[in-house]
Amino acid sequence: MTNTIQEVAGADFILAIGTNTTEAHPIIGLQVKKAVRNGATLAVVDPRKTEMADLAHHYLRIKSGSDIALLNAMANVIIAEEIWNKEFVATRTEEFEALKEMVAKYTPEHVESITGIPADTIKTVARGYALAPNATILYTMGITQHICGTHNVMAIANLSMLCGQIGKEFSGVNPLRGQNNVQGACDMGALPNVFTGYQPVTVEENRTKFATEWGVQDLPAKPGLTLGELFDAAGTGQLKCMYVMGENPILSDPDALHVIHALEKLDFLVVQDIFLTETAEIADVVLPAVSFAEKNGTFSNTERRVQRVRKAVEPEGDAKDDWEIIGLVATAMGYPMHYQSAEEIMEEIARVTPSYAGISYARLEQGSLQWPCPTAEHPGTQYLHSGKFSRGLGKFHPVEYVSPDEMPNDEYPLVLSTGRRLYHYHTGTMTQRTGALEVAYPQEYLEINCLDAENSGVCDGEIVKVTSRRGSVEVAVRVSDRVTPGLVFTSFHYPEVAINQLTNPARDPISKIPEFKVCAVKITKVMVSLNTKKVS
Amino acid sequence: MELLTLTIDGREVCVPKGTTVLEACRMNNIPIPTLCHAPELTAAGACRLCIVQIEGMRNLPPSCVTQVTPGMKVETQNPKVLNARKTILELLVANHPLDCMTCQKLGNCSLAEYAYEYGVTGKKYQGEKRHLPIDDANPYILRDLNKCILCGKCIATCEAVTERNVIGFAYRGFSAKVSTFMDTDLKDSSCVYCNRCVAICPVGALMDKNMIGKGRAWELSTEEVTCTFCDSGCKFDINSKNGKVVGVTAKSAANGRPLCLKGRIGSDFRYNSDRTELPFINQEGEFVQVTWGEFLGLGDIVEKINSLTK
Amino acid sequence: MEWFTLTIDGREVCVPKGTTVLEACRMNDIPIPTLCHDPELTSAGACRLCIVQIEGMRNLPPSCVTQVTQGMVVQTQNPKVREARKTILELLVANHPLDCMTCQKMGDCSLAQYAYDYGVTGERYQGEARDLPIDSANPFIIKDPNKCIACGKCIRACDEIQGRSVLDFSFRGFDVQVGPAFNLPYNESDCVFCGSCVSVCPVGALTEKKMQGKGRRWEMEKVTTTCPYCGTGCSLDLNVKNGKVVGITSTDGDVNGSALCVKGRFGYGFIHHPDRLKTPLIRKDGKLVEASWTEAINLVAEKLSAVKENFGSDAIGVLSSARCTNEENYLMNKLTRAVFGTNNIDHCARL
Repeated sequence: MTNTIQEVAGADFILAIGTNTTEAHPIIGLQVKKAVRNGATLAVVDPRKTEMADLAHHYLRIKSGSDIALLNAMANVIIAEEIWNKEFVATRTEEFEALKEMVAKYTPEHVESITGIPADTIKTVARGYALAPNATILYTMGITQHICGTHNVMAIANLSMLCGQIGKEFSGVNPLRGQNNVQGACDMGALPNVFTGYQPVTVEENRTKFATEWGVQDLPAKPGLTLGELFDAAGTGQLKCMYVMGENPILSDPDALHVIHALEKLDFLVVQDIFLTETAEIADVVLPAVSFAEKNGTFSNTERRVQRVRKAVEPEGDAKDDWEIIGLVATAMGYPMHYQSAEEIMEEIARVTPSYAGISYARLEQGSLQWPCPTAEHPGTQYLHSGKFSRGLGKFHPVEYVSPDEMPNDEYPLVLSTGRRLYHYHTGTMTQRTGALEVAYPQEYLEINCLDAENSGVCDGEIVKVTSRRGSVEVAVRVSDRVTPGLVFTSFHYPEVAINQLTNPARDPISKIPEFKVCAVKITKVMVSLNTKKVS
Repeated sequence: MELLTLTIDGREVCVPKGTTVLEACRMNNIPIPTLCHAPELTAAGACRLCIVQIEGMRNLPPSCVTQVTPGMKVETQNPKVLNARKTILELLVANHPLDCMTCQKLGNCSLAEYAYEYGVTGKKYQGEKRHLPIDDANPYILRDLNKCILCGKCIATCEAVTERNVIGFAYRGFSAKVSTFMDTDLKDSSCVYCNRCVAICPVGALMDKNMIGKGRAWELSTEEVTCTFCDSGCKFDINSKNGKVVGVTAKSAANGRPLCLKGRIGSDFRYNSDRTELPFINQEGEFVQVTWGEFLGLGDIVEKINSLTK
Repeated sequence: MEWFTLTIDGREVCVPKGTTVLEACRMNDIPIPTLCHDPELTSAGACRLCIVQIEGMRNLPPSCVTQVTQGMVVQTQNPKVREARKTILELLVANHPLDCMTCQKMGDCSLAQYAYDYGVTGERYQGEARDLPIDSANPFIIKDPNKCIACGKCIRACDEIQGRSVLDFSFRGFDVQVGPAFNLPYNESDCVFCGSCVSVCPVGALTEKKMQGKGRRWEMEKVTTTCPYCGTGCSLDLNVKNGKVVGITSTDGDVNGSALCVKGRFGYGFIHHPDRLKTPLIRKDGKLVEASWTEAINLVAEKLSAVKENFGSDAIGVLSSARCTNEENYLMNKLTRAVFGTNNIDHCARL
């Protein structure tokens, strides 16, 4: 996020696009509600009529995967009506002409046919966004999980720069991240192309710095494989061995059958986790780690805020801290790694990471800190891009609309989109074992519009078999107007409904994010109901 | 030392010969509720809350007075045991005044603690209540015999103080109570207010009068201090609320240490800088407030020193 | 900012214009009892416990809704004020079930606390007691309407913090109740079980279901940490008793204040779940069997070293974790690059 979470409540106009905020980020949802209560205008763009849509002043029910068309149309309106922020564009950006030229053909009337959103609504929302004193954009996986995910984000950035709605308090571009420390994992170099703090591995200076700190001769310069590419490489036999810490790719990754096949092909699979996950079950070695309640450390949240995790109880059984296990493996491989505490590791992180340089446990005891925090005196950074972008001038990257990789056809007439539920989290490893959440929300279902339900001859609660080109699962249906005709939706929280056996592994060429939000499926009614099936 | 092996709740444990089942459990972190047991006193087997099931034994024996034998099989948490304990608690609570909302002891009351743990609300048996007068005629101990559960720990601990033995059981059945000689108020007994009985009482029957209304266990932080008035080395707790000392209480008198009144009041004087009350002396049956100098037997030394420094 | 000077209990204090008398007292560590007040919520002036005496004013005004004026003379502890507060408490306690011995809220109950402070035993007025059904049909919250003092904090929390407005008052007078529309049980209402109502309830009317019988406030150690679920980073307190996490309660977080969602507040059961892995496992004859750490670590080191030797570093791939800490991800990045010698490290940021 370029801003803090609490700044959302201060915005005058909120454009929430592809985010089911009140379910996936309930506490950020509170800030949206607060803003609305304070008089802000809320525009929600989502193919699914979520609770956010119920709260919105403008609900834009977009056809899945047509976000670029909408965003370009908004830019088109703003340029045509001469309401863009001329001063900001002149002093802070470059390549405006390229954008202007590109969006010219995205007239609201034309885009209405692509997105299904009335031209007048597009105009109203564009004006609202451009003219608001402070406007903020919130987005999540509804934007990124497309083959054009990176372009979607660029289209958002174009819009915010065009209107100068970035680089100040309450205004910015705010991706809401889905997992407790996904921000931190990225910050800490758990990515194939960068060290900590996004220092590229391709830069020799960086490699030298880390080699010196780590006491090794040299470090590899070639960027590694991304998640999906790792499974592809395993499938072809190129990758021999995998070490998985705290992840459950069999349920979380697209085209699960392909993932299972790839993992089974490995010579050796190590899984380090707190439960015997579906992935751990096929491992060669399983190492028991500890939960957040049993360890010291830090998490970095979606607004770059580094906060302490404190140990409250002793580990279960013989389980060990992940950092301790990593140290043992390194040492056994001839690289002595002996840390006494998580704090000692943070000291090392601060030494090699400019954006974390001023962060220490002693300071975190006084309160959280938002990076960049370059020195021990620096108070942390509330919002980014004030006065200057990271690269200097903000560059417009005009992007064209492309349709999703897999569009419905006669055989697979429906679009399947996946997402999250309020009561559950990710692959359910934790939330299916709380004695409370799974009681309140015991079973997954497929949301389907009543027209599609009627066409398929199913009633609410009946079981259908959902099939894509890659696999099929059985799930109960819930007839709902949350989804439009032609769209079905479910989550990936349930091992019993392993929906990622169906999803399309087609990836964005830049970010390598799979297109979870669109894949073509068909449904057929199953004659037994799920309950009777369980008994037999 | 001869070691015996027994099984508790399916777990094999090894303990020295002569150990009681209760001790064996506690050594192995197996929780057993007790009301009348104190490690420094002779086990009375009075409250029956520590009952367990032992293979081959009739009924459920109290673990505090049952010695371990080799190969013994003990169950401490099965439904039969839990149910019996619950009934005992229900009976104890049946005639107990349930004024926990304002009871000074709550937070430190074993009866309330176990009632909470075993889900005993006091609704099952509606017993006859006692209406005994509250003995608060002295400035140190408040005695509310309506709350007494007759565990006998105060009697045993009083007995252990040389030349005291101030209290004992009197009457029978429902009328049974802990009494001074001739059932007088403490004021008219030979009690010297060492407050050991207060420290060991598991319920709200005996309370430190100075602490009433000043905060309950969960609001207080305590710091243990060793008294320096004589060479016995008794321990006292300095109780603070929101960082301010609100009173000094006696800890249990381990190893026969005396825990005298002078030590407790003296510690109070030393650590509780905010105390406003002057101490009391029992003069011919009535408590009168006196100066600190008089109380500590210093004559008018304090006044003399004060006049010199002025 | 304009400042006003006023006198509270004979002490002169200076506060900004617009401050309430209650806020002025709290800024200056002068204790005032309150039941319906919460700094995060609008003031209702409902419980009247915060009454004070103010020179020149008729009656005893509630300090939470009385703004400070220049030269105001306030008394917070005189006998008249204390006696009035005591009477209010006596009336509240008159129809309150006094099962404090086993009440889950005890130790954290404001009503019991003030009753103790003001010497209110419940014997003065013997009021009619309510006998309303307890709502425990959902796995998160127990509602005992008999203990409700109608302070309205849960209603305001639901509305003002959570923006859901599920709760409100219904009926009148002695019959007044708080609950979802049509007095439905929680699980049949629009409630999403964020538990904000539980966190503000000053009495035992709303309590956490999973914490029943697990221990009370004074037995718990509270450890402030960061929620393990979504990327918002809410702060929360783990409640620990005898080495086990037995509940989660609100703290005052930099991100979330006291608000939490259903996962953050109630989703802790996995910590001590019997399915937790407690020992390393090694596949032998196709089956995962228990092994020692030495055995497991040596096997991992041996296999990885062999792959590195025979197929090169890039034949090893690593998935780090968005659930693990920064420190652990950092070490995984170090292990992969410095020890394995590859950049093949990624995690599920994209999922």
